[in-house]
Amino acid sequence: MSAVAIEGAGEGAAQGEVLVRARGLRKQYGSLEVLRGVDLTVRRGQVVVLLGASGAGKSTLLRCVNHLEAADGGEIWVDGVPIGFRHDGDRLHELREKDVARQRAEIGMVFQRFNLFPHRTVLANVTEGPVQVRGVPRREAEAYARELLERVGLGDKVDTYPDRLSGGQQQRVAIARALAMRPKLLLFDEPTSALDPELVGEVLAVMTELAREGMTMIVVTHEISFAREVADHVVFMAGGVVVEEGPPEQVIGAPQHERTRAFLARVTA
Amino acid sequence: MADRAGAALTRPVDAPGDGELLPQVRIRHWGRVVAGLAVLAVLGLLFQAISRGDIDYASIPALLTQDVILEGLVDTIVLAVVAQAGAIVIGTVVALMRTSANPVLRWVSWAYIWVFRGLPVLLQILLWYNIALVFPAFSIPIPFTDAYLLDQPANVIMTGFLAALLGLGLNESAYMAEIVRAGLTSVDRGQTEAAKSIGMSPAKVLSRVVLPQAMRVIIPPTGNDFINMLKGTSIASVIGFTELIHAANALSSRSLAVMETLLAVAVWYMVVVSVANVGQYYLERHYNASIRPTGTRGSVWAKVGGSLRTPPFMRSSR
Repeated sequence: MSAVAIEGAGEGAAQGEVLVRARGLRKQYGSLEVLRGVDLTVRRGQVVVLLGASGAGKSTLLRCVNHLEAADGGEIWVDGVPIGFRHDGDRLHELREKDVARQRAEIGMVFQRFNLFPHRTVLANVTEGPVQVRGVPRREAEAYARELLERVGLGDKVDTYPDRLSGGQQQRVAIARALAMRPKLLLFDEPTSALDPELVGEVLAVMTELAREGMTMIVVTHEISFAREVADHVVFMAGGVVVEEGPPEQVIGAPQHERTRAFLARVTA
Repeated sequence: MADRAGAALTRPVDAPGDGELLPQVRIRHWGRVVAGLAVLAVLGLLFQAISRGDIDYASIPALLTQDVILEGLVDTIVLAVVAQAGAIVIGTVVALMRTSANPVLRWVSWAYIWVFRGLPVLLQILLWYNIALVFPAFSIPIPFTDAYLLDQPANVIMTGFLAALLGLGLNESAYMAEIVRAGLTSVDRGQTEAAKSIGMSPAKVLSRVVLPQAMRVIIPPTGNDFINMLKGTSIASVIGFTELIHAANALSSRSLAVMETLLAVAVWYMVVVSVANVGQYYLERHYNASIRPTGTRGSVWAKVGGSLRTPPFMRSSR
């Protein structure tokens, strides 16, 4: 991997400052309570891994951070801005979708099913955001996109359409697409769950490299080894609440809670 | 292993599957030959019957370029194109209302489709054409002045062309709304989420991500509808609009060459429909090209031939 610095990552601020703060998040679908008062703090440059069985609320929490889901209660602040709202005096005013879009531009997201745009080439997938949303001149956007694709090891695939790529390659393009917006924060929603086992490694390698460069990341994953080796902070969720959190050596190495132990025994078995 | 290899070598040469490759006898497709002969026989009989008919085939080429027929041809094309274009625009708007989060818009679009798809086209055309019986004049006053933006007798405004345009176009717009809605919902939700995640506004999500992918689903039935529209303009002959059928009737009532004139008109319909097929082929190829860059590419003429062999699509409401 070349040494092109990822712009946006940890820019101009000391590591350790709070970047994401979620307080008392609640979300329910019908009678099903998916989030029952969740707090989350992510510091700049940190990699936070959310662990938990399916249905624990991890993905919903992640999707609330960039307002793909609107929480029913609670607040999320990213870099001093309340997501989905405008802070005015002592009130939060709900934002229209158009204005939420501006907040989302600062937060990258990588999906389980890649969700690349099938009608555009790899290069066009990566330049789409900068050109259409930020109004970056096409040539400039393409130059940066080529750098990013080179970094994720796909410099030779720029003119290919996504359906010609393997799952692992598609996911690396998706990471480049998110990085092209120079985000303050990257969200990963089970990025390796839809991959064949032999392709998981190449995606985790790119993520590990990003973490090393100081990108702030929130990762929902079942890859315990990734959590153990790369995460600065691990959050274990169950039934819509945070059961246990702390450094990986504590949560994964010496879990205090019975549910955490049961979960780890199941996924590492 | 050694034993088995040895056994293979010492196996007798006349065991099944050994020795020379045997000649293979292919299945004879007698059915195809029989069907071909039957078709030739029927065509022969048909040709004989047609050649004995009391009709002057030689006069048809000249009829094709009669002024009245050409006028009817132009009117047919203009009416169909304008009505379809309007229907696509209105239908897209109604489809967006139908899929909107706003419950009022959803209800309004549902009612719109219910009415304009439910009533027969002929009835809709007659209602528009006779609107002067209910509203003798159309007037749009400019507020706070004595001036009018529009103030005309209804008979002047509601020409045959406008009545046919409204009847055909609004009916078709209800169908287009359903076609576009099917296209929009065919695009995976993950596409919308990915587009949102890179900060796209709702308008960009629609124009850059959802609509281009929905086109693959939208174009084929739209092409189908446009061909239906080209033929459906013939209904406008009822209110005296000079499209092809009305032109043919006007011409043959004087020349009395009814069948010759109708066949000339039939030729024009087939020409226009074939041209529409070619257009649809290129549109489909354009929107599929980006998805499947190595997709199949037959010759245009093969595709046109294929479309012509397809039986005409009939709708219960028409």
